[in-house]
Amino acid sequence: MAGKAWRSAILNLLRTWLSGKDKIKAQEVSWAVGAVKKGTPQARTFTRGIQTVTLIPGDGIGPEISTAVMKIFEAAEAPIQWEERNVTAIQGPGGKWMIPPDAKESMDRNKIGLKGPLKTPIAAGHPSMNLLLRKTFDLYANVRPCVSIEGYKTPYSDVNLVTIRENTEGEYSGIEHVIVDGVVQSIKLITEQASQRIADYAFEYARNNQRASVTAVHKANIMRMSDGLFLRKCREAAEKHKDVKFTEMYLDTVCLNMVQDPTQFDVLVMPNLYGDILSDLCAGLIGGLGVTPSGNIGANGVAIFESVHGTAPDIAGKDMANPTALLLSAVMMLRHMGLHGHAKKIEAACFDTIRDEKVRTKDLGGNSKCSEFTEAICQRVRDMQ
Amino acid sequence: MAAHSAVLSMSKIINPFWGGRLGNTVKVFGTTLTSHRNKTLLTPPPAKYGGRHTVTLIPGDGIGPELLNHVREVFRFSCVPVDFEVVNVNSALETDDDMNNAITAIRRNGIALKGNIETKHTMAPSVKSRNNLLRTSLDLYANVMHCQSLPGVQTRHKNIDIMIIRENTEGEYSSLEHESVSGVVESLKIITRNNSLRIADYAFKLAREKGRRRVTAVHKANIMKLGDGLFLQCCREVASGYPDITFDSMIVDNTTMQLVSKPHQFDVMVMPNLYGNVVSNVCAGLVGGPGLVPGANYGNAYAVFETATRNTGKSIAGKNIANPTAMLLASCMMLDHLKLYDHATMIRHAVLKTMNETRLHTADIGGQGTTSEVVQTIMRIIQSGGQLTTEL
Repeated sequence: MAGKAWRSAILNLLRTWLSGKDKIKAQEVSWAVGAVKKGTPQARTFTRGIQTVTLIPGDGIGPEISTAVMKIFEAAEAPIQWEERNVTAIQGPGGKWMIPPDAKESMDRNKIGLKGPLKTPIAAGHPSMNLLLRKTFDLYANVRPCVSIEGYKTPYSDVNLVTIRENTEGEYSGIEHVIVDGVVQSIKLITEQASQRIADYAFEYARNNQRASVTAVHKANIMRMSDGLFLRKCREAAEKHKDVKFTEMYLDTVCLNMVQDPTQFDVLVMPNLYGDILSDLCAGLIGGLGVTPSGNIGANGVAIFESVHGTAPDIAGKDMANPTALLLSAVMMLRHMGLHGHAKKIEAACFDTIRDEKVRTKDLGGNSKCSEFTEAICQRVRDMQ
Repeated sequence: MAAHSAVLSMSKIINPFWGGRLGNTVKVFGTTLTSHRNKTLLTPPPAKYGGRHTVTLIPGDGIGPELLNHVREVFRFSCVPVDFEVVNVNSALETDDDMNNAITAIRRNGIALKGNIETKHTMAPSVKSRNNLLRTSLDLYANVMHCQSLPGVQTRHKNIDIMIIRENTEGEYSSLEHESVSGVVESLKIITRNNSLRIADYAFKLAREKGRRRVTAVHKANIMKLGDGLFLQCCREVASGYPDITFDSMIVDNTTMQLVSKPHQFDVMVMPNLYGNVVSNVCAGLVGGPGLVPGANYGNAYAVFETATRNTGKSIAGKNIANPTAMLLASCMMLDHLKLYDHATMIRHAVLKTMNETRLHTADIGGQGTTSEVVQTIMRIIQSGGQLTTEL
């Protein structure tokens, strides 16, 4: 299925050449040639040999859930080798805060990373670690697939959607001023380049993952220029990807319909703030941040997959944590790398264990320890071999 | 204000000399003027003669005109002493003349009932949203929405009762945008201390009036430290003056997550403009959809009533399938504001009875009924209530 992308690119090129109407852009030609040469621009196949992945365990329950994921991957015999690194902010030359150079070098080399929850420092003098990582690797797209977990009952069933959120600009640009005493201005920045990048990524993702439609979420009736620009770029990207259906919907209509019937949505693409709210809304539909995977895609082919819950310092070290979120993010990582077989195996084992209800961690309503839960999944995976 | 102080000082001078007679007139006149200053937030406009009120009606686009026609039908049938002054706004035109007429009409009457006016975003960015223009010109700073689960409507969550108070004039909806460099657009979100204090004050006053125990401020101050930080600070300041009401705050993404899993923890919520949009739509969805919840926009001098989620409903316009409940309940809120409590209770009771008992539902809540059928049923229930009505 993924291979068909280059075929349609060649066909499109031939069509425009034969029709002679529009000039073929050089970019399109090189894209098509590249697609033929490399296969598809997005999904990589690493089935030959062992792939090294940078693992950032994180704080709080981070180390225990990372160990759980490593154990499960070992049981599944996934061709992954882990390189553990720590990210604590250090001050580089010129007083600029940055991540440790060995972590950066490891990520740049491996291109794929898995990250546990990081502590957000209050009054530590430096910005949050997540923000630092985002800036260092230009992680422009945050992808959160929200799929209802069969074993974990919520009022909403059959949720199957993906939220793709622009991660670098928008309302979170952090540019604020006090104009006069008592009047504060916050700037929301929308640029053509970032909007184009995220729109293109959304359609690529839809194509590579066999999703039928992409919906752009906006508030262009109120924020005419900014969301209008975002919408224009989405429309342009839709033109380039005619095989994926494109719709646009107001943010309030999406929220209204999401809580009544979430099955009508497929892939949603949106700027930063709306993405933040909607992705958490969708996470709430399937059961919360403890079971939601997440991936951040950056420029230069970097991708960091993470669990989005907190560090839970109150249960750290007590073997009570739920590794599901990190595990599902790791499964997302396997799919990104093209290791679909292993991904399916591990995901099925995880869902079966949760559905079985015999070994569940406390947050899912059970009484088991993290290690017991992990062992149950490992056992299932081994049985599947 | 100057006249008032002049009158008071006059009364102080006159009183010792004239004692009862002239001094009384001045005192009475003076008290009328002082009471003007101590006006509560919700003072209705004075009735014209005959005890009949005049209300501005703005049909808007989509399903607005048909729903408001039904409202007029029900009012005529129930002999409600309200005359409607209809002002049409053509959303296709680029000039603001229509809107200015509407705003003048509302200033004259003090109260309005409106449908949503469509904003075509294919037009130039200088043509602002008409609804937004109305809210800011009349300084309707508080948007109040009361989300209550109706027993007759099937939803995933039961027994929800949340009041949402949303700042209506500033925040992300300031419509201040510019393209500083080609390809880079900046949109300004403005938060002011005055407006934040005003809305927080309104929220706490309303909570106290309705006997609510808790007010939650929704914000994103961890990211927008100055803007939402100021809003939160203002809320805390006002909260300190109401020790009987618990105050807490929650970040907006966590709020939406909690709303879909555990909505019963919320009581009264207060928030800036954009988060208000998201949260009010989520709550409307939780109780059954956009056709069920009425909304009100209050300012110090004016009040405008409409459906809470402000949908134009273009796709169902003219098909007789729209749900009239939201607009009818909004008109009842308007009657309450006009102090016509009996009529308001009568119509509201009929609407809720149709919704909960007869189970005649329109398509948006899973039924088969048409709008006219629902309205006919409502009018029949009003008639059977024994009140004075016109012919059916």
